[in-house]
Amino acid sequence: MDKKKPKKVFVEGAIPPEKIAKSIANHQSKTNIGAHSIFLGQIRADEVDAKIVQAIEYSAYEEMAEQVFHEIRESAFSKFDITCAHIYHSMGRVNAGEICLFVFTSSAHRKIAIEACNFFVEEIKAKAPIFGKELFEDDSHQWKVNK
Amino acid sequence: MKLKLKYFGKLAETAGLQEEYKELESADTLAELKRIVFEEYKFDDSETIQVAVNQQLDENKTLKEGDEIAFLPPFAGG
Repeated sequence: MDKKKPKKVFVEGAIPPEKIAKSIANHQSKTNIGAHSIFLGQIRADEVDAKIVQAIEYSAYEEMAEQVFHEIRESAFSKFDITCAHIYHSMGRVNAGEICLFVFTSSAHRKIAIEACNFFVEEIKAKAPIFGKELFEDDSHQWKVNK
Repeated sequence: MKLKLKYFGKLAETAGLQEEYKELESADTLAELKRIVFEEYKFDDSETIQVAVNQQLDENKTLKEGDEIAFLPPFAGG
């Protein structure tokens, strides 16, 4: 069961759209699934004091983050009747407009897939020790804080 | 006791380093370690900083030789 397999979450740089397409294709053989829910986090070109965010440079306390991801997975599988779940998060630089978080949940029915996907996103944002440096065009930066 | 300290994000930038080892009296608590570190590196927004002991967020943990203590600024994943 892929529920128990340790998963590699961190991806260097942006998550390519092709990876997302390939993930969808990989599920075509699992015909007990009736619904997928996908969340994609994209880097927003925020304007702060007349300067535009060009990119975010992610770093993490990786050993702790891996443990947190594992706990979130365990908790998601006990709360929701999902068939499988995949999460990928960027490390390093991701430019505005590119994808930095990809959450993919699958279930027999839509409500469970959607609720589980939402659970993953909220838990990752609140509990994973990931840090983001927002880089501006003039080489200055500020540190992102999740709301 | 010797402890491994790690700093991340904004705190690594403020401290000017990502990790270091610190020697502490064995009776010293996590609260005492935080006081020393916050003062040394002038971490001014201490209420937003979380501290993990061996990858666990538990502020009441008793410190022991070889522990890894991480100082974490607000999370920004996603």
